[in-house]
Amino acid sequence: MILTQEQQDMLDGKYGEGTAFAMKIQVAIGESFDAKRMVPITRAHVALSNQEADLWFAEKLLKAGAKCRIAPTVNPGFCLSFFKNKSMVSKEDADLMQRTHNAYKGLGAVLSYNCTPYIDTNVPNYGEVIAFSESSATPYVNSVWGARSNREGANSALCAAITGYVPEYGLLFDENRKGNILVEVKADMKTPYDYHLLGMLGKKIGNGIPVFTGLPKHISKESLRNLGAQLNTSGAYGMFHIVGFTPEAPTIDAAFGGVKPDRKVVITNDDLTEILDEISLKGNRNIDFAMFGCPHFTLEEVKYIAEKIKGKKLKKEMWILTSSHVKEMAVRMGFDDIILESGGFIVPDTCPDQPCWSHLKGKVGITESPKCAYYPQRRGIHFVIRDLETCINAALTGEVK
Amino acid sequence: MDKKKFSCHKISEGVAEAEAIISKDDIMFYLIEPETGKIIEPAHDIEGKSMAKKTLIFPSGKGSSVVQADGLYQLNQRGNAPKAMIIQYPETVLVSSAIIMEIPMVDKVDPEFYEVVKDGDLVRVDADNGIVEILN
Repeated sequence: MILTQEQQDMLDGKYGEGTAFAMKIQVAIGESFDAKRMVPITRAHVALSNQEADLWFAEKLLKAGAKCRIAPTVNPGFCLSFFKNKSMVSKEDADLMQRTHNAYKGLGAVLSYNCTPYIDTNVPNYGEVIAFSESSATPYVNSVWGARSNREGANSALCAAITGYVPEYGLLFDENRKGNILVEVKADMKTPYDYHLLGMLGKKIGNGIPVFTGLPKHISKESLRNLGAQLNTSGAYGMFHIVGFTPEAPTIDAAFGGVKPDRKVVITNDDLTEILDEISLKGNRNIDFAMFGCPHFTLEEVKYIAEKIKGKKLKKEMWILTSSHVKEMAVRMGFDDIILESGGFIVPDTCPDQPCWSHLKGKVGITESPKCAYYPQRRGIHFVIRDLETCINAALTGEVK
Repeated sequence: MDKKKFSCHKISEGVAEAEAIISKDDIMFYLIEPETGKIIEPAHDIEGKSMAKKTLIFPSGKGSSVVQADGLYQLNQRGNAPKAMIIQYPETVLVSSAIIMEIPMVDKVDPEFYEVVKDGDLVRVDADNGIVEILN
C-alpha cells in the first residue's frame, strides 16, 4: 500500500503512539484486502460494546495518547444511572461501564450510546466515504443512504475515527457494490417483524450482495433496520439492494451491473415459518418478561406500544430499549408515563447483551427480534420470538400461544 | 507420506502448527464457550466440538461487529483461541479481530487443499511466507 506523507508520519509515530497503533492495524487490514491506498472519511460509528475486549482496546489506545480526528457516534453499553437507581448492577459491572464511558470520552467520541445512528444522529449523504461498524448500521448506510462503508468491526472503525482514513477496498468501489444474488420474495411482507425473519435467512441467501424483488412499494425505516440487523445475525452482509427502492438499484439491471446473478433464491411464507421454528423457543408457555429494541426502537414503535397497553396492567416486565433522545421525546409526549403506569420501562442507552440483565438469567423472555434472542444465549437468557402484537399480548397475559 | 504444501495469501501475520478442524458454516466466536473452546451455537456444523488450540478451517465470519473480537479475546485469555485460521471469504470484522488478537490467518488457499484436508490433520500455517502445509 502506498501511503501519503501524512499517513506515513502517522504510522511512524509523529502523531503519537496511539495514532501509530491505529494506523498499523489499518495498514494490515488494507494489505489483507490488497488495498492500494488510504482515503479520508467524513463520519464514523463505533460499535462500543462495554465488553472486556472493547475496554481493553479503547484503554490501550487512550493510554497511548490517541484522540479521534473524526468524532464517532457509539453503540450502547448500559445506562449507568438507570440501572444503578434500580440496584440492578453489581459494583464490578458498574465500574466496567464507567471505565468504558471514561475511555471513549477520553478518545473524543460522541457519547450517543445508540445502535441506530443511521436513523437520526449520524446520517450520511449519498456517496460519502465513512467507517460504520454495528451490524444493523453498515447495511443501512450503504444500501438505504448510498454512503460507502466496509463492514467495519468496532475496532477497525475506532482506528478509522482516530486516523481519519480507511484503506480503499471492497464496498468503497463501484464495481464491488453490484448485487450477485437475486432474492425473489414471495412471502407476505406486512410488518417490520416480517423483515426480521427475512433477514434471518442468510444461510439460504448465501454469501454476497442480495438484490430483493417482490417487496412492497413503501418500506419503513424500522423494516429496513430489521432486515440489515438480521442479515448480519444470520450471516455477514455489507449491503443489499431493493429494486425500485434503494438508490443504487433503480432497475434490476442497475442492481446487478448488467451482469447475470450468480444465484437465484425464492423466499416464501414457508421459509419464514421454518426459520422461526429454528431460532425461537417453542410457544404455548408462560413467559417471564418481554424485551424490545434490538436494534433500538424508534419513537413510532414506542408510541405503538403505549397505545396498545394504555390503561392496562402488564403481568410481566416489559423493557423497551431506545436512544436517550427517543426516551426524552417519549417523556415529553406522555408515552413514558403510560408505559410506566402499565408496569413497563423505556430504557435509554442500553443493549440486551449487557451485564445489567443478570436478573434475567435462566428466565424465558419474548421479543420480536431474532438478534435480541441470539446474543444473550451466552448469558443464559432465552427467548420466544413472535410478532410485536403477540409479544405485547404475552406481556399483558403472561403467556404465549 | 508426502508432505503437502499449498500456496495462500496472508491476512494476519504469524506461523502456527495445529490439528485441523473444519467447519462448513461461518463462525461467530461469541457463541463459543471460552472455558472449553466448544461451539455452543445451536444447529451449527461443528456444534459441540472444540476449536481450542486448533487450525480452524471455515468459510467466513458472521455476526455483529463487536462479538468476534470479544469472543476471540475471551478464548485468548484462557489459552483456548484457535492457533491459526484458514478462511475463504475475508470480511473486515473477522480480519481486524484476527490482526488485533495476533492470530495467524490466511485465505486464497490453493483449491486442491480443500479436496485433501480432513479433520485431525496436522496443518501448519505460515502466513508470513504464504504457505499452508499438511504435515501428517
